[in-house]
Amino acid sequence: MANFVKGHFLITILATIAGLFVYFFLHLERSWEIVLVVGLAVLTMVVSRRKNLIARAQETCLQKPKFSISVFFVAAVAIIFALRSEHFALLMLTTVLLYITVCFGLTAQFGFVGLVNFAGIAFFGIGAYTTAVLYQYAAIPDFLIILASGLVAAVIGSILILPILRTKGHYAALITIAFGVLFRTFLEVNDTLGGPQGLKVDGISVFGLSFNENINLGLLGTGSSYVTYSILALVLCLVTFVFVRRMENSWVGLNMDMVRHDEIAAASFGIHPPSWKILAFTLGNFFAGLAGSIYASMSGFIAPASFNFADSLVLVSIVLLGGLGNVFSVIPAAFLVVVLPEKLQLIQEYRLLIFGIVVILILRFKPSGIMPRGARRYYPSLGVKK
Amino acid sequence: MSLLSVDRLTVSFGGLRALDEFSFSLSEGDFVGLIGPNGSGKTTFFNALTGIYKPQFGSVSVDGNDVTKASPQAMYEVGVTRTFQRLRLVPSLSVFDNLIVGSQRGLNTNLWWNIFKRAGLRKKVDEELSRCSDLLSQFNPRLVGTLLSPVSTLSMIDRRRIEVCRALISQPRILLLDEPSAGMTHEETRMLMEDLLTWKERSPSLAIVLIEHEMGVIDRVTNRCVVLNYGKKIAEGEYQIVSQDPLVKTAYLGEE
Ligand SMILES: Nc1ncnc2c1ncn2[C@@H]1O[C@H](COP(=O)(O)OP(=O)(O)OP(=O)(O)O)[C@@H](O)[C@H]1O
Ligand SMILES: [Mg+2]
Repeated sequence: MANFVKGHFLITILATIAGLFVYFFLHLERSWEIVLVVGLAVLTMVVSRRKNLIARAQETCLQKPKFSISVFFVAAVAIIFALRSEHFALLMLTTVLLYITVCFGLTAQFGFVGLVNFAGIAFFGIGAYTTAVLYQYAAIPDFLIILASGLVAAVIGSILILPILRTKGHYAALITIAFGVLFRTFLEVNDTLGGPQGLKVDGISVFGLSFNENINLGLLGTGSSYVTYSILALVLCLVTFVFVRRMENSWVGLNMDMVRHDEIAAASFGIHPPSWKILAFTLGNFFAGLAGSIYASMSGFIAPASFNFADSLVLVSIVLLGGLGNVFSVIPAAFLVVVLPEKLQLIQEYRLLIFGIVVILILRFKPSGIMPRGARRYYPSLGVKK
Repeated sequence: MSLLSVDRLTVSFGGLRALDEFSFSLSEGDFVGLIGPNGSGKTTFFNALTGIYKPQFGSVSVDGNDVTKASPQAMYEVGVTRTFQRLRLVPSLSVFDNLIVGSQRGLNTNLWWNIFKRAGLRKKVDEELSRCSDLLSQFNPRLVGTLLSPVSTLSMIDRRRIEVCRALISQPRILLLDEPSAGMTHEETRMLMEDLLTWKERSPSLAIVLIEHEMGVIDRVTNRCVVLNYGKKIAEGEYQIVSQDPLVKTAYLGEE
């Protein structure tokens, strides 16, 4: 009983600390404050790693997944409410949450079956453009528009599947690069889709509540219109997280790992590598499309310039930086990679250069990333000594 | 009707005939040794049989059904499993993960089921865990404790055992062992062979083909052996008789 309570207590503390860091990271504006917060976070990490606290905390969370997820969800909602009147901070938070969602998909592709997708932002963009077009021409419920955007991204992605399956390793990566670059060019020359100027996107509205207007939060006063979007993004992020984690911790995850590591051994034991590649690729693009859809509604306006090849590189670097295949690791990595350059004017100009260097350093000195992937946990108490 | 019959199977790489009109048959319960000097085509035969290489000529059938151009997956479904000369385990995955891959046929890999039927998955995992423990304890009781550790923490010998177990766990009808004792001492090889023989007593219909360089082992455990040289079969029969064959002596034994 005591242990039981202790576990829950520990998780709550953990979520509170993480929540506070994220809050201040998003809320503070001056460079030195941000450096202080990041420095403090790194210090906390280093100290707790010394004391083996990180491994223990991770283990506690793994053993109580439902409780942990609820607590972290509550913490995230608390952050959103705390930031309710700060447009820019919420915009960033929502963007990070959407990027995280895309990166969960990339993790399934790259981390699980081993397909590098350098067109992440293109699939995100396909979702965004689908949403813009559907709002213009079709009168269907918002929920269906989001879903359709994911589906369109997945279906368009399937055009790439044949060439990807026919080629191996780096060549498959080249195909996605070509697609990512083509996508932007295509948008720029396509007048129906607004050309370089882009398209206006209607915002989501549910039961007459428009997501793009400030909302009344009762006792908390008025909230920014981004409050609703950030909550929507949070829910999407959470659902994707649970989905990808469950996939990892199942026979599906096992088969995907076999495909990534050794296709010959996999095939000799009845595993069909192409099916798993198709599944991971399609799912990943679907998630990217969903995220892109919410992004479009939130921005109210989309243009080809928001879907640069460089952004795809940023997405891949998030996945690599965190720890390839580790679903959790995407979360801190995305916060660092997306928010830090916005906050620190100093590095903004050089952000790609800095990412490049950091990724090279990580690959050289810690190829498994800052949070290497753990063993498969088919169920929470697997391997736990009673 | 024989379990496996191979007729004039030919595999070439460019101008090299790695397997040259090789004919061979296997009945239930057979334990056959496949020997021959380095590069004589033994591994190539396994690869052709398991669908990894596509033969240019000849045919393979299992239970009279033609499986010449069958995929590796189809050969697994038919009940042919193997080990690899150079280990093909995934070192970063746990022993359990590596083993259970062999049991693929019995695993439900439907995405929906895996995501949403977690209680069913959990039950199945527990069942498979105890099946794996049982199997491992037959080979080396000490290995049971390592079930959830990464394969990279095991010694080479234990990894070879795991590979044999992975091939056995699906209850194959034909087991192909490609130098399972490579790198083992005499004593370790003897233990591995004992374990195999024990397993075979329990499932007498299992047919095994063993590639092995140590002739003592071939003599002791197999009831027939086939000798390859430059991709051609040069002799077949009981080891004692085959080893006296002058062709074999010059091709193979003479080199020792
Ligand atoms: N994929 C391949 N491409 C080209 N040549 C190959 C290939 N696989 C095998 N060979 C050649 O075929 C011949 C037979 O090789 P194989 O691996 O079957 O020999 P082996 O009898 O298993 O030898 P060892 O005892 O050394 O394992 C060799 O000359 C080898 O170089
Ligand atoms: Mg060989």
